Amino acid sequence: MPASLFPPYEDLLRILPEIVLTIAGTLVMVLEPALRPERKRLLGGIAIAGLLVALWGTAVANLFRGPAFHQMVVVDGFATFFRALVIVVGILAVLCSIHYLQRERPDSGEYYALVLFSVVGQSVMAAANELIMIFIGLEISSIATYVLAGYLRDDRRNNESAIKYFLLGSFATAFLLYGIAWIYGAAGTTNLVEIRRVLSTPELAPPRFLVGVSAALMFVGFAFKVSAAPFQVWAPDVYQGAPAPVTAFMSAGPKAAAFAIFLRVYMTAFEPISNRWEPVVWLSALATMFVGNFAALLQNNIKRLLAYSSIAHAGYVMVAVSAHSEIGTAAAMFYLAAYAFMNVGAFAVVTHFARQGEKYVDVDDLAGLGHRQPVTAALFSIFLLSLIGIPLTGGFFGKFYIFKAALEAKLYWLTVIGLLNSAVAAYYYLRILVVMYFHEPGEAAQTVSPVAPGVKIALWASAAGTLLLGIFPSVILDFADRSAALMK
Amino acid sequence: MPEGYVPFFIFVAAAVGFVLTMLLVAKILRPSSPFATKLEAYECGIRAATTARGRYAVRYYIIAILFVIFDVETVFLFPWAVRYKVLGWFGVVEVAVFLAILIVGYIWAYKKGALEWV
Repeated sequence: MPASLFPPYEDLLRILPEIVLTIAGTLVMVLEPALRPERKRLLGGIAIAGLLVALWGTAVANLFRGPAFHQMVVVDGFATFFRALVIVVGILAVLCSIHYLQRERPDSGEYYALVLFSVVGQSVMAAANELIMIFIGLEISSIATYVLAGYLRDDRRNNESAIKYFLLGSFATAFLLYGIAWIYGAAGTTNLVEIRRVLSTPELAPPRFLVGVSAALMFVGFAFKVSAAPFQVWAPDVYQGAPAPVTAFMSAGPKAAAFAIFLRVYMTAFEPISNRWEPVVWLSALATMFVGNFAALLQNNIKRLLAYSSIAHAGYVMVAVSAHSEIGTAAAMFYLAAYAFMNVGAFAVVTHFARQGEKYVDVDDLAGLGHRQPVTAALFSIFLLSLIGIPLTGGFFGKFYIFKAALEAKLYWLTVIGLLNSAVAAYYYLRILVVMYFHEPGEAAQTVSPVAPGVKIALWASAAGTLLLGIFPSVILDFADRSAALMK
Repeated sequence: MPEGYVPFFIFVAAAVGFVLTMLLVAKILRPSSPFATKLEAYECGIRAATTARGRYAVRYYIIAILFVIFDVETVFLFPWAVRYKVLGWFGVVEVAVFLAILIVGYIWAYKKGALEWV
């Protein structure tokens, strides 16, 4: 009997990415105090190596598809997709951060450990098949991200960002947990597949009111994490205050992972009551697009502008969620991948341009960058054009598939409104382009230093990803299509 | 309203009512003569030097966090020790992994100087 307590080795292989990332993060923590300050950048290398091995681990885990640890986690295409996505975002974020940390505060390497731990949490979220695992993954990811948001302890803006993110985030997580408690009370299980079975069996089904309350409470938690209206208020302040590479990280990784659990919970567990949550998601998608795009029109701070743009993009993904179909899920997955590349790329440019103490973060500061650093400006233009949704970029196909899914689900009004919103969005992205190319170089552009090697790799990799998704979308879309059928 | 809850509500009403009644009766019966020394917080007979809402060293917080490391450790070690024979090698491996992670955290804190007072 005791021997059988050991999990089968396949189960361990199914959580290989998490194991690798945890070991790498722990290694960074142990080495941190042992290294001399000038060698701390080595830790960034270890972090990237760990993330690359974890990416390989994701591929290995994908060979052993199926549930593990008594169905606590499940490895399917959906999990593999989001695991790979959050790990890639982690790599890009670390590449942006190496130079940034040397510039701002050369004496601590826990930063990389926190990034790794946050990715562990997101990876758990991607594979979780059970509400408690979802909650644990979300907490691992969030707590590391709260600390990262306030990493430069002496910076006032960092402190503001971290405390706001922490207080509001904990509050939102409490809603999620309360929702979990309700559904456990109503259905008697926290396993998503089991919940679905109980809800769709007439003899077992609990009162719909109880299930509805639970779905609503969990919606609050998820909508907060993906910054969907009306729970988006925290995002601009937090994104603006946090260090630029951290903003790059948390606007892509945690958001993608949060959408992963959002999709998984609502497409499996709450599928039987879809007629109840569809209108809510519909309204939220509508409000999110409007709030994000119209508020972004008025922003001068580029981090704040990108924060509102990030809210707007969450709105587009919500359109795909409200389509409530496999093609909608696939569209959301594709969009999140495209969004991760273009958004991290845009924030990499901000990281590079902001300089010591993040001095230059206004749109007007970018004046004349096109003349001073044509390559950086060209890469930034690719990201901005992709964020608008111009053909040949990932953003175009992302929007295309989302609106296609919405039309197939007969969401005509939402599609029309979404398209109009994209047109509004073009204005604030194009304004950056105009300032960059048609304005005389200002003080900020004249003093701009060469791009640091790590940031350069991140920029080129993000641009390559954006263009790859725009020119050969089928590479990712085929995988997303095949993975969108979640375990029922 | 499910009938099973009626005794519960009676219980709650009785509990709240009892407390309120006792407070009210005490208020009516007792003599009232407040003076400064009597209202002072009783701290082992020593006069309170400062207010309790002052600032104190963040070091206490670090000590508290370190205490949590050992505290959580015990929470897991104790059941393992009790059921050692049943859990067998599985338990040994699990506890080794658990301890390794905790000890890394401890080493990190030690190296960072969290245990150096002043």
